[in-house]
Amino acid sequence: MSEYRDPELAKKYLEEIKKTVSQPWSIMEVCGGQTHSLVKNGIIDMLPNEVTMIHGPGCPVCVTPLNIIDKAIHLALEENVILCSFGDMLRVPGSKKNLLEAKAEGADIRILYSPLEAVRIAEDNPDKEVVFFAVGFETTAPANALSVIHAHRKELKNYSILASHVLVPPAIKAVIDDEESKIDGFLAAGHVCTIMGNAEYHPLSAKYKVPIVVTGFEPLDVLQGILMVLRQLEESKAQVENQYSRIVKEEGNPDAQKMIHTVFEIKNQIWRGIGEIPESGYQVRAEYADFDAKRKFQIEIPEAPENPDCISGQIMKGLKKPFECSQFGKKCKPTNPLGAPMVSSEGACAAYYHFSGLVEA
Amino acid sequence: MSDKKMRMQLQCPMPKLDFDVITLGHGSGGVLTNKLLDSGVFDLLSNPILDERHDGAIFQLEGKLAFSTDSFLVSPIFFPGGNIGELAVNGTVNDIAMCGAIPKYLSLSFIIEEGLKVSEFWDILVAIKGACEEADVHVVTGDTKVVEKGKGDKIFINTSGVGSLHPKAQISSKNIKAGDKIIVSGNIASHGMAIMSVREGLEFDSEILSDTINLNHTIERLLEAFGEHIHLLTDPTRGGIATVLKETAQSINLGIDMAQRDLPIDNQVSSACELLGLDPIYVANEGLFIAFVDASIADDFLETLKKDENGANAKIIGTVTEEHPKQVIMESAIGGKRVVSMLPGEQLPRIC
Repeated sequence: MSEYRDPELAKKYLEEIKKTVSQPWSIMEVCGGQTHSLVKNGIIDMLPNEVTMIHGPGCPVCVTPLNIIDKAIHLALEENVILCSFGDMLRVPGSKKNLLEAKAEGADIRILYSPLEAVRIAEDNPDKEVVFFAVGFETTAPANALSVIHAHRKELKNYSILASHVLVPPAIKAVIDDEESKIDGFLAAGHVCTIMGNAEYHPLSAKYKVPIVVTGFEPLDVLQGILMVLRQLEESKAQVENQYSRIVKEEGNPDAQKMIHTVFEIKNQIWRGIGEIPESGYQVRAEYADFDAKRKFQIEIPEAPENPDCISGQIMKGLKKPFECSQFGKKCKPTNPLGAPMVSSEGACAAYYHFSGLVEA
Repeated sequence: MSDKKMRMQLQCPMPKLDFDVITLGHGSGGVLTNKLLDSGVFDLLSNPILDERHDGAIFQLEGKLAFSTDSFLVSPIFFPGGNIGELAVNGTVNDIAMCGAIPKYLSLSFIIEEGLKVSEFWDILVAIKGACEEADVHVVTGDTKVVEKGKGDKIFINTSGVGSLHPKAQISSKNIKAGDKIIVSGNIASHGMAIMSVREGLEFDSEILSDTINLNHTIERLLEAFGEHIHLLTDPTRGGIATVLKETAQSINLGIDMAQRDLPIDNQVSSACELLGLDPIYVANEGLFIAFVDASIADDFLETLKKDENGANAKIIGTVTEEHPKQVIMESAIGGKRVVSMLPGEQLPRIC
């Protein structure tokens, strides 16, 4: 992988970028992993002033609705429930506490890398209910779907997923449609496209006349993606290009897509901090209702208001930068996050806080 | 298992006992306790001070002393490269060494969860014995308690240690000045990733071993050769090298410059970190130390350390600077700069 981090090549890309730009451009990198890479590698400060990177809503942890977090916490605190989750959900603030605090109160919460591991835990603990907190973009959906398929095949009665999946193309559309946003081009999320392919981006690019470049995550990937967008902009082009072609195929991964569509269907989805975006989420199909924790547990939790000081929605739409928030680094820090982008390592606020020293840590 | 450890196991076969798990009775101070301790702790770790079996240990030590304590809660208690026993000895031995002292005596306390297999307890004791012999230290006093099932996590160990300061040692962060070089003694992140590889839910195939080892002999040789030019020694355990560097920068009110490409790391460890989304600079180490040394002897220090069995992969990783006081700035692989800050809590594996 070190070839994608070669400092000499990076220098060449930066020189090429400087030569290419003739006017200011704003580019949104959609995926939190790309934001992370930009800040961690110091790329933002290395780009010429004409290029402004705007950080998009591509952090699934950050956009998981507050109400679902509260539901997960409620479930986890139930006596006979084992809640399994990806690690970075544990510190996301719910309306009163987070999962880590629930764990300290005695909730059986297990950090896993794979939902298939949760199925195994369900098999090993037949008298407990095992719920997998299935969060993510399209990237994690195939594995989550597969876990349901496996559980169904094994006729397990004690496994379900609490699903909160969000989809990228509707988010891009919502960002472009927002009157306040001024984004000239996009770096699309490489790993999402690995699964879903590039098909949905062509109509977006054509309708809104924006270049969209499917981009990876290594520093050279991001630099090349930025260069490809800039070249299109300077030439007044608006197409979909694939920078991450070593991993992403135009059609994506059809088997993974099949798995997703077997278990999930599209629905309107609330994005924390942003609001409802039509047809931007997945829910478990009726045929698999027994594996849908929402239906199985019928948890009634009132919608709680967000912390009024948190401007995460504006940050995720690229309207403000983290350091423009009045609470950044003051009341809102990773040890006491007011909103999700300060928690997840892929959230824009956390990335800035950790890597760019704008606040004394 | 290393040859040394295997030999240790063969030389110390488990005695015949009429119980195979530890129960509450073993911690209550009566007959059962004596049975466990007599056949285990006292025989294995025997030395004239311990053999007194008094409430406390009485001994002579000269000059200025260093004193340290640490508790060990690692889970799982057996991991690739060792177990909690040697961790408990090496951890405190190394902390004393980081003070510039020669560790000599340890206290050893167990809190055992009832139900722990005696065979596992024995393996831990054998590892403790082996580690003590390697480090040339003695356990001179201790304690054993047993708690109910569910109130512990198999076994917790506390060790405290004491030792005399090396006559040439002048270890203090106050002695650090701008221009000092920062040297790490070997590959980073091995211990943390060895543990990760066997944690429930995260298991992955690897040959990564914990780097737990006693460093006191190495440190003693370095103190002998370089004395007061060594300004600070510290071992980057929990929180990794980043935490220790950040804490030091804050306490001395100076900055630290470093570069990612200078960090020595084993390939498998690096790949495992990538896979799990962990930043190796925050991953725990055990048999590793960081030295802040005067620039004038830095190259000699490094050469001497690299010839040592515990320093083959040592490297200069940074410089103390007057710029950006309290901040640690790291140059990334491609030449950009980032700030190294404290982690808010435990590093959590990534979602996607």
